[in-house]
Amino acid sequence: MDYGTLRGLFALLILALFIIIVIWSYSKKRRASFDEIANSILEEDNVTAADNNQAINKDSKQETNNNV
Amino acid sequence: MTTSNTSAVDYNFNVVRQFTVMTVIWGIVGTFLGVLIAAQLIWPALNFETPWLTYSRLRPLHTNAVIFAFGTSALFATSYYVVQRTCKTTLFGGKLAAFTFWGWQAVILSAIISLPLGYTSTKEYAELEWPIDILIAVVWVSYAIVFFGTLVKRKVSHIYVANWFFGGFIATVAVLHIGNSMVLPVSAMKSYSIYPGAIDAMMQWWYGHNAVGFLLTAGFLGMMYYFVPKQAERPVYSYRLSIVHFWALVSLYIWAGPHHLHYTALPDWAQSVGMVMSIVLFLPSWGGMINGIMTLSGAWHKLRTDPILRFLIVSLSFYGMSTFEGPMMAIKSVNALSHYTDWTVGHVHSGALGWVAMVSIGALYHLIPVLFNQGRMYSIRLINVHFWLHTAGVVLYIVAMWISGVMQGLMWRAVNSDGTLTYSFVESLTASYPFYFIRFLGGVLVVSGFILMAYNMFKTIYAKDNSLKPIDAA
Repeated sequence: MDYGTLRGLFALLILALFIIIVIWSYSKKRRASFDEIANSILEEDNVTAADNNQAINKDSKQETNNNV
Repeated sequence: MTTSNTSAVDYNFNVVRQFTVMTVIWGIVGTFLGVLIAAQLIWPALNFETPWLTYSRLRPLHTNAVIFAFGTSALFATSYYVVQRTCKTTLFGGKLAAFTFWGWQAVILSAIISLPLGYTSTKEYAELEWPIDILIAVVWVSYAIVFFGTLVKRKVSHIYVANWFFGGFIATVAVLHIGNSMVLPVSAMKSYSIYPGAIDAMMQWWYGHNAVGFLLTAGFLGMMYYFVPKQAERPVYSYRLSIVHFWALVSLYIWAGPHHLHYTALPDWAQSVGMVMSIVLFLPSWGGMINGIMTLSGAWHKLRTDPILRFLIVSLSFYGMSTFEGPMMAIKSVNALSHYTDWTVGHVHSGALGWVAMVSIGALYHLIPVLFNQGRMYSIRLINVHFWLHTAGVVLYIVAMWISGVMQGLMWRAVNSDGTLTYSFVESLTASYPFYFIRFLGGVLVVSGFILMAYNMFKTIYAKDNSLKPIDAA
C-alpha cells in the first residue's frame, strides 16, 4: 500500500471516529449524565451555597436551559 | 460565593493567587509596550536613538509579553483553579506547582532582558533563544504533570469539559514548542534551526498558528466553559455540543498553519490544504461561540446589571467575529489583498484584545474575590468603566487597522496602464498615519482599563476578609 492510499484511509478513519463521537454524544441515553455534569460546577463545596443551588438545579432536568 | 476557608477540600489556591496577580501586572506591561511601539510608528523619535528601545526589538517583547506573560499566566491561574474545583481535589505534585510559577516568571524576565539586547531566533512568537527554550520546556512539562496528575486523582467520576480544553492546550503546546524549537546551538545565545528552507517556514507556522489555535483558543475556551456558566449561574447551553466542539476543534486546528504561507515557496497543494482546513474551522469555532452565548438564554437581563458577564459575553462576540474573519482571510484571493497589511494586525488584535483579553478579564473579576475571601470586587462601577474603556479601545483599534489595511492592500497592488506601480511604498505609509494615531488612542484606552483593574484588584486584596458583601442583582 503506498503512502497516498494509507493517508486516504487514515482520513476516512478519523471521519468515522468523528461521526461516532457525534452519535455517542447526542444519544438519548447520555442526556441525564451530561445534565448532571453540566450542573456539577454550580454545586459549591460549602453547605449554604449547596443548599441554594439545589433549589436552582431541581427544575433543570433537561440538557439545555429550561426557560428558553 | 465560596471562600477557601469554608470549603471542604484544602485547595492549593496560593499558586492561583500568584498567577492571578501577575496576570494583571503583565497585562499592564504587555499592553503598555504595545502602545509604546504604536507611538513609535507615528513618532519615530520615541526610540530615543537607543538600540534597546528600537521597534524591531520591542515588537517581539510586546508579543511575548501579552501572549506568554499575560495570556499564559491567566491560563495557569484559571486552569489550576478550575481543575481543582471541578475535580474536588488539591493540585497534584506539591511544590511542582510553585515551581511552574517561579519558572514561568523566570522565563518572562529572561525575555524582558534578552529581547531588547537583541538576542532572537527570529521565529515569530518563538523568538527566545535556546537556553530559555529549554527552561520553557521544563516548566511546561511540569505544568502538564501537575495538571494531568490532578485529573488522575480527581474525586468525581467525570472530567468536566473545561478540563478537556485545558488538557488539549497543555499537551499540544508542549509538542509545538519542542518541535519548533529544535535548533543547533552555536554559542550561549545563538542557534540555527535544524529545519531547512521551506520546511523551516512550515514548521514555524505549524507552531505559530497552533499557538493561536491551542494556547489562545483552546485554553481560553476552557476558561469560557467554566466561568461563563459560573458567572451566569446556569449550566452550559449544551454539554453534548461542547464535546463535539472539542473534538472538531482539536482535530481541525492543527492543519491550518499553511495559510500564513500563501504565495510563498511552500508547495501550492500545501497552501490549498491550509486554506480549506482554515475555512472548515469556522464550524467548530462558531459552534463553541454559540454554546457560550446561548448559556445566557433566558437570563439575558443579567447583562444589564453584571459587567463581569458583559466582559465574558462580549469576548465571545469578538471570538465569533475573528473566527469568521480568519477563515475569510485564509482564502488565497482574499489573502493576496490582506497579507502583510495592517488588516492582519487588526485581525490579531480583535482576537487578542477582544476575545483573549476580555474573557481573561471577566474570569479574573470572578476569581479575585473568591481567592481573596471577599464577596465581590472592591468596585463594581470600576469594572463597568473598565468594560467600556476596553471595548472602545478595541473597536477603535480594529476599525483603524481594517481601513488602513485594506487601503494598503489596494495601494500596493494598483498598477498604471503601462504596468508600473501607481504608488510607492512610502505613499501608502503616509496614508496610514491617521489610522496609526487612532490605533494609538485605542491602545491608551486599553492600558488605562488595565490600570483601573490593578487598582480594583489591590483594593479587593487588601480589604478586610469578607468585608465586601455580594450585591444581589435586581
